[in-house]
Amino acid sequence: MKKRWGYCLLLAAACVAPTVLYPVLLMKILCFALFACSFNLLVGYAGLLSFGHAAFFGAAGYVAGYALKSWGVSTEAGLALGTLAGALIGLVMGALAIRRQGIYFTMITLALAQMLYFVFLQAPFAGGEDGLQGIPRGRLFGLVDLSNDLVLYFVILAISVGAFALIMRTIHSPFGEVLCAIRENEPRAISLGYQVDRYKMLAFVLSAALSGLAGAMKAMVLGFETLTDAHWSMSGLVVLMTLVGGLGTLFGPIVGALIIVLLEDKLGDIGNWLASVTGVNWFGTLGDSVTIVTGFIFIVCVLALRKGIVGEILALFKRIETARQREKFPRRRSDHAHQ
Amino acid sequence: MEIFGLPIQALMSQLLLGLVNGSFYAMLSLGLAVIFGLLNVINFAHGTLYMLGAFLAWTGLNYLGIGYWWMLVLAPVVVGLFGVLIEKTMLRWLYKLDHLYGLLLTFGLTLMIEGLFRSVFGVSGQPYPVPDALDGVTNLGFMMLPNYRAWVVAASLVICFSTWFVIEKTRLGSSLRAGTENPKMVEAFGINVPLMVTATYGFGVALAAIAGVLAAPVIQVSPLMGSNVIIVVFAVVVIGGMGSILGSILTGLGLGVIEGLTRVFYPELSATVVFIVMAIVLIVRPAGLFGKEK
Amino acid sequence: MSSVQERPVAARIHEDVRAADEALSITSLHAWYGESHILHDVNLTVKRGEVVTLLGRNGAGRTTTLRAIMGLVGTRRGSIRIDGEETVSLPTYRIARRGVGYCPEERGIFSSLTTEENLLLPPVVSTKHGSMSLDEIYAMFPNLAERRHSQGTRLSGGEQQMLAVARILRTGARLLLLDEISEGLAPVIVQALARMITMLKARGYTIVMVEQNFRFAAPLADRFYVMEHGQIVESFAAAELDSKAQTLNELLSI
Repeated sequence: MKKRWGYCLLLAAACVAPTVLYPVLLMKILCFALFACSFNLLVGYAGLLSFGHAAFFGAAGYVAGYALKSWGVSTEAGLALGTLAGALIGLVMGALAIRRQGIYFTMITLALAQMLYFVFLQAPFAGGEDGLQGIPRGRLFGLVDLSNDLVLYFVILAISVGAFALIMRTIHSPFGEVLCAIRENEPRAISLGYQVDRYKMLAFVLSAALSGLAGAMKAMVLGFETLTDAHWSMSGLVVLMTLVGGLGTLFGPIVGALIIVLLEDKLGDIGNWLASVTGVNWFGTLGDSVTIVTGFIFIVCVLALRKGIVGEILALFKRIETARQREKFPRRRSDHAHQ
Repeated sequence: MEIFGLPIQALMSQLLLGLVNGSFYAMLSLGLAVIFGLLNVINFAHGTLYMLGAFLAWTGLNYLGIGYWWMLVLAPVVVGLFGVLIEKTMLRWLYKLDHLYGLLLTFGLTLMIEGLFRSVFGVSGQPYPVPDALDGVTNLGFMMLPNYRAWVVAASLVICFSTWFVIEKTRLGSSLRAGTENPKMVEAFGINVPLMVTATYGFGVALAAIAGVLAAPVIQVSPLMGSNVIIVVFAVVVIGGMGSILGSILTGLGLGVIEGLTRVFYPELSATVVFIVMAIVLIVRPAGLFGKEK
Repeated sequence: MSSVQERPVAARIHEDVRAADEALSITSLHAWYGESHILHDVNLTVKRGEVVTLLGRNGAGRTTTLRAIMGLVGTRRGSIRIDGEETVSLPTYRIARRGVGYCPEERGIFSSLTTEENLLLPPVVSTKHGSMSLDEIYAMFPNLAERRHSQGTRLSGGEQQMLAVARILRTGARLLLLDEISEGLAPVIVQALARMITMLKARGYTIVMVEQNFRFAAPLADRFYVMEHGQIVESFAAAELDSKAQTLNELLSI
């Protein structure tokens, strides 16, 4: 019951958010939130760290952008094509990466994504260093004009909420439970008869498809697509968002995406403020040095904030709850079960 | 004289350049493998520390008047000490955790260091002159051999095989190999394993720094040179596996040569050929060429 | 039923005097693996030259006790004195250098090293009583000499066990911690191991053994401790073995 109220509250907050922040910024946050959530599905629940998710994000953006611009398809067709592109690339990448475990898996995803980056760098349709410019938003269902930012915002919100719901449903399904089992003890899962590779593939492709949807949406919202979206630093960024928010938590990636996108947006201002407060002029250039700040946050998170913000909050609740239980039922020493 | 429609000079020249690149791949994947074996950490910062080695050489020459030969010794020492600092302050907290955290930490370090260098130096490359003693070419008859490139290949081979020798044939190396297998047991014998771990990381990154100094006259010294090469090195490591020292060396060299040849015959593919080989190896021999999986 | 070993006040006064001939003295030891509290207030002493056996059911905490002495557990609290020196806060390699040799249940043979490399790996930690040279070891374990260049994984179970013990003899360690060395070995080899322990005892080594095989341990040990639920619940000398047979039966179900 409490959960339902919580979700309604979130939805209400999302609906009034345009009064506080610009719709375009909000849409950017939503796209990255979806990107991070779909990434989290793979790393937090299936336990597979992919460092190549930019491949899906960028490829979908290029495909959707090209379709919307050069073929003039309707909005939903463009997004669908982007999602499909993500899924297909995910299929190929997953099939190769899954052949190795652990850290090798991660390195393979990174390498394959880099290969795709070079493809986009050289492919004529992608526009090279300039990327795709002037991507139209198209007409939703061929009818609704999306040039109004606010209208587009609610469309994107609806799609995002639908996608989040899909992810949540997946996590709480038997499929999701098997994924968790695979993450915790793969040999055990295999010995129980699960075709582990199939589960991993399905999770991978699903994650890739939804990342593609996020990428396609972003390309459409912002109206351009560049190589940055296919670069390994973008793969790193989505890892950071998920880490900051909380690996393996439902809402962690959303929180993480919110923080990182806002941070990037306001970094110039923060830098100037720091410069005026400390008198160190170098802070003024902080706006150009997003990577330094990103790297710093990475290091701090890995060393001190491993569970992420949402993870730490959940752990705090758990500690409070355990303390409360202990008060109600104090344990006697002889009841301790020893191993 | 022509082979496959190409003058032999051009072919040999590209082959040599391929060997040069292969030497860097070999040294970097060797350092990566040694670090991973003992620390169970994939050192994403390896490329950045390679870049640091090159930049130290450049800084030494242009600001401190320290020449190439001194920097060949000084840069690895400085970077090695920096590595010791990283290990002692940051990495050692992560050993008990999933090894993805080591990757993420070193990734963060890469971003920070590279970002810092980019904000100071921009993205364009700085030239570094070939040292006088190695300047010029030697006429071999069938080709003109650039002396410096020959030196790079020779020096790398010596370094790589010395490392292999120490690890596989000496007592120190057997401590390392045993520690890779079972560090707690090695410590129970009275060997200072924490020190060995720190020293190994320092050594691994020192190797990267030497590669950086060797690379400086060949490749433009730029803040991006690290990340450009590290992902290729990852692919090399996937192809060759990290369980075998010799495997890492041979794979690195081999892939450098393949890349060089591709540049001759199919230049458009040269940036991605290593990844294509990786994909093929994954399909045909999933465990890697020298697969001794952990 | 369970009588936790108590140290009378008077005995504690003589502690300093006795400490000189105690190779190992554990007081109020608590140990954790992560958040699991495994050892609860363990107290035991081993005099120099003694052979002491830790008995108990699986999961009683015997292996954990040995590992705690070596510093291989998560957290330790209490006092562990080796030759009179406090070691509870020392890292593992420093404890080993005090002259302690540990032979774990899984033997810990390095499969990527040959037999000889395995033997040469441990550094000599104590030359007070002289460590065994390679030749002496090969003399004591002739079958290891035959397999000196074989890869660690190629040795049979018995040979691996011999190698595991031979390794710690090379370090010059005088306090040996042996965990289930007779486990899974053929009776002939177990007899050879028993002979080896007797010989080591004659040479003045101090040995703490964890053993399930009562028939192997009983004739070798000077004293016994019985553990249950991470505590010492019984302790007696070899001479009392018969009178304690019933208690043992209950505790160990043998």
